[in-house]
Amino acid sequence: MYDSGKIITGIVIFVVLVTFPIWYNLGRATPPPDPKIDTPVIQEMKVKQCIEPKQAMKGNHMKILDEWRHTVVRNGERIYTAPDGKQYDMSLQNTCMKCHSNKTQFCDQCHNYLKVNPYCWDCHIVPKEKK
Amino acid sequence: MGLNRRDFLKIAGVSSLFGLGGKLAWEVLGPGALEASTKPAPLTAAKHWAMVIDTRKFKSEADMQKCIDACNKAHNVPQIPGAKEEIKWIWLEKYGHVFPDDEHQYVSEAVEHKRFLTFCNHCTNPPCVRVCPTQATFKRADGIVMMDMHRCIGCRFCMAGCPYGSRSFNWGDPRRYLKEPTNPEYPTRSKGVVEKCTFCEERLAKGLHPACVEASNGALIFGDLANPNSEVRKLLKENYSIRRKPGLGTAPNLFYLV
Repeated sequence: MYDSGKIITGIVIFVVLVTFPIWYNLGRATPPPDPKIDTPVIQEMKVKQCIEPKQAMKGNHMKILDEWRHTVVRNGERIYTAPDGKQYDMSLQNTCMKCHSNKTQFCDQCHNYLKVNPYCWDCHIVPKEKK
Repeated sequence: MGLNRRDFLKIAGVSSLFGLGGKLAWEVLGPGALEASTKPAPLTAAKHWAMVIDTRKFKSEADMQKCIDACNKAHNVPQIPGAKEEIKWIWLEKYGHVFPDDEHQYVSEAVEHKRFLTFCNHCTNPPCVRVCPTQATFKRADGIVMMDMHRCIGCRFCMAGCPYGSRSFNWGDPRRYLKEPTNPEYPTRSKGVVEKCTFCEERLAKGLHPACVEASNGALIFGDLANPNSEVRKLLKENYSIRRKPGLGTAPNLFYLV
């Protein structure tokens, strides 16, 4: 085998580089997300119910928000009728965040864990949180 | 075996009856599908929003400044120094810039040195809408030229298209100049989008008049041009009105009484 020294060194460097993310993160477990709903508004609610059941919100909130922004801005329709018949103003800033006023403890929990970076907050104003 | 005309018509008749009563016909003609939407849409309550600016009723520039301040406050419009980066929804402009077609050497001094309130004309033929490649700016059924910030890519074609300079581009994050949002109910904008007056569509949805109209002490009159009994129509009927650059064919919906 010609140049075996160089080739083997190359392979070792290659393997180390490719597996870098695996061994770099070894032993540091990221804590699983723990979104909290203990805001004052939610605690005062008798039935702690979002616009749709928890499971639907977990999986589809991004789709709902996408639909909302479209119907509000483009169609000018602002009222959302939930499956249980209750009506809501379709507004991230004025409806969602009135209850979920704890962005860092709620939204950011999963978003950071999954490394998704929605740009909602570039424009929409986050409620102030007590530190 | 031949089919005579009489038999053919019978068969055709019976089969079309079946067709009408079939599943598809039931679904299409049954209740639901073809009914008009019964959802409340208070925004489109008017067919053609317009504004009359009674310049005679503004006693001083301070009166007009009140309208500007009310707008800036309602929409978190930052005060950025410098003509390049400034964000304007509603602002003051001198006569020659507002009505360049009407300017001449001998115009009365009172008018020549007067400044006028101006903002988006919500044109009936908006050039900004025609040039927008993403339809981020669009014409609503009620006449408002609306901005969808979620779609704006910041190409600034609309700014080139608008003959009134009604649009401003966010060269940087506007929050640099907003210590506190002045209206926590309304979003700010982000870096890289174009913004302008929206005729306060978020207030119209609540049944409120635009913020500048409320602050104007009756000098700005807002209403439905399609309604012959509206106040704007009455004012336009009784007074001589002018519009900005009418020769361009954009058909502005701001009318100035001078």
